[in-house]
Amino acid sequence: MSREEALRVEDLKVYYMTEKGYVRAVDEVSFNLSKGESLAIVGESGSGKSTLGMTLIRALPKNASIVSGRAYIFGDEILSISLQDFRRKFSWRLISMVFQGAMNSLNPVLKVGDQVAEPLIYSGGLPKEEARRRATETIETVGLPREFYNRYPHELSGGMKQRIVIAMALVMNPQILILDEPTSALDVTIQAQIINLIKDLIDKLGLSVIFITHDLALASDIADRIMVMYGGQIMELGSTDRVLGEGPKHPYTEKLLSSIPRLRGEGMPDFIPGRPPDLSSPPPGCRFHPRCPYVFDRCMKEEPPLFNINSTHLVKCWLRGD
Amino acid sequence: MEEVIRLENVKKYYEVRRGFLGSQSLKALDGVSLNIKKKETLAVVGESGCGKSTLGRVSLRLLDATDGRVFFKGQDITMLSEKELRDKSFRKKMQIVFQDPYSSLNPFMRIGNIISEPLEIHGYAREETREAVLKALEDVKLVPPEDFLNRYPHELSGGQRQRVNIARALVLGPEYIVADEPVSMIDASSRAEILLLLKSIRDSREMGVMYITHDIATARYVSEKIAVMYMGEVAETGPSSSVLRNPIHPYTILLLNSVPEPNPANRRTRRLVIKGEPPSPINPPSGCKFHTRCPIATERCRTERPSLVEYAPGQLVACHRAEEVIKGSVTVA
Repeated sequence: MSREEALRVEDLKVYYMTEKGYVRAVDEVSFNLSKGESLAIVGESGSGKSTLGMTLIRALPKNASIVSGRAYIFGDEILSISLQDFRRKFSWRLISMVFQGAMNSLNPVLKVGDQVAEPLIYSGGLPKEEARRRATETIETVGLPREFYNRYPHELSGGMKQRIVIAMALVMNPQILILDEPTSALDVTIQAQIINLIKDLIDKLGLSVIFITHDLALASDIADRIMVMYGGQIMELGSTDRVLGEGPKHPYTEKLLSSIPRLRGEGMPDFIPGRPPDLSSPPPGCRFHPRCPYVFDRCMKEEPPLFNINSTHLVKCWLRGD
Repeated sequence: MEEVIRLENVKKYYEVRRGFLGSQSLKALDGVSLNIKKKETLAVVGESGCGKSTLGRVSLRLLDATDGRVFFKGQDITMLSEKELRDKSFRKKMQIVFQDPYSSLNPFMRIGNIISEPLEIHGYAREETREAVLKALEDVKLVPPEDFLNRYPHELSGGQRQRVNIARALVLGPEYIVADEPVSMIDASSRAEILLLLKSIRDSREMGVMYITHDIATARYVSEKIAVMYMGEVAETGPSSSVLRNPIHPYTILLLNSVPEPNPANRRTRRLVIKGEPPSPINPPSGCKFHTRCPIATERCRTERPSLVEYAPGQLVACHRAEEVIKGSVTVA
């Protein structure tokens, strides 16, 4: 059964202009997201996962440019239209994002409810009373009592602030929600609560979700599919059942998985020696080759394509095709 | 093995002003006892605000305890003045590795100077200093060390910066190190590397380590002992293998349940969570402080504070219902 397509990204390249030259933060990235589906984008810092999210809500910093590529939300192209058009038709109401660390960026002198209501007033043009009513409803949707409307950020714990930030992103009923590391600053106990909330929201609101994380274990909690990025490129993309159930097919995913500390079982967690590539001069051939345990001659010279190892599982590695 | 650090019934209270009502005390630590031997790591695990960082700082005499005693290699250092701590070399022997490798290194100082600063403060000669710095860099595997001496922090990755942090703590030859969340801000792919490094340095230099973390899963790889803290008290402590394999305190059981494991079946279920958040430490719950979030709390838990009792070899638990949990006549999760 094929579901309606919420988002499609085609051959996206986003470069930053720096003193050292171009930094290829996102390089030839293509994927799609169905309605009601959740996709986890997994990678280390500097893999391009946050830049990808910022591109999709047209919030890139000034020194970044979209070198090529297209993105479609329910069939409409969103990268070539004017920023005004994007803000009027797409941001908040079709796609919105919970930024990394946003819970620490709440305005300390405004009631959190008024902050949740803001997009309704300034972007939605609703009268204040109506905005207040809708914001209160959304605050309840994220599992907080309605009285929290009148609280100030310093009166809330980290977990509560994170719920408020999620409420802000949801207040105009978007179809697509991008969550950038929404739990990385929280204790595991609170993290588990927020993850359950996100699952409830996906079920209840039929959201399509892009969940950006560095943690494969968390990804497995939420995502139907997993997209592993390294050095601005997709290394592996497949269903969670395939990538984690049958086991990763890309050496990077494999190493990432074995780096996770486990509560049970024998052996120490693994690590990946070296550091992520400098994207102003990425290594030739496969970008992971300097850290890859299985590297051979071809990897150093030729960049592998994304091999289709079956209709739904893509792997960018010379071990998987020819 | 020789004991490096011992805390006896340590308390740390802060006075908090509450408007016109006068002041109330916040009990950051409320009667914690522990010891760490040479070549041993104690992992102190708990949520933010449980007192684990305060505990680390009290053990180093960076904070003064309100009550209780701190011993370093058998000597009571609770009441020593700052001058005595320094003159009798206690400061040199006790060091800390901070959490944030980005803000704990001066961006204007070269790596060599960052690591040699403690030696200069303690009046080491130049030749001695250079040798100790090179040795510390080698110990943390920033090799060849000469390549790193003149670099600045921004030229290094997060993992490399944390090694510099560790090298700075090592350079005075400490016998006790507090590592406060040393890997929580580092990419998952390098965490194990740093933790293994700490462990091997601990063994070669015969140090005692307090590893403070919110991540109970990493604790099992580096620590022989674990202390699980909740609101300034130890809820459960014992050998890491027993506490992780057979946890008894409901808080430990639920904490272990909160840790995500990579499994595609996860998304079809909801995680079992500890309801709510830790209550205000200024006005803590009566009886067992965990009773407001505990799924098996009884009337007794609401009124009577449980004390630590040994239920298995070395495994101490502060829970009125521990025996029932062990027998399986009551289940937490």
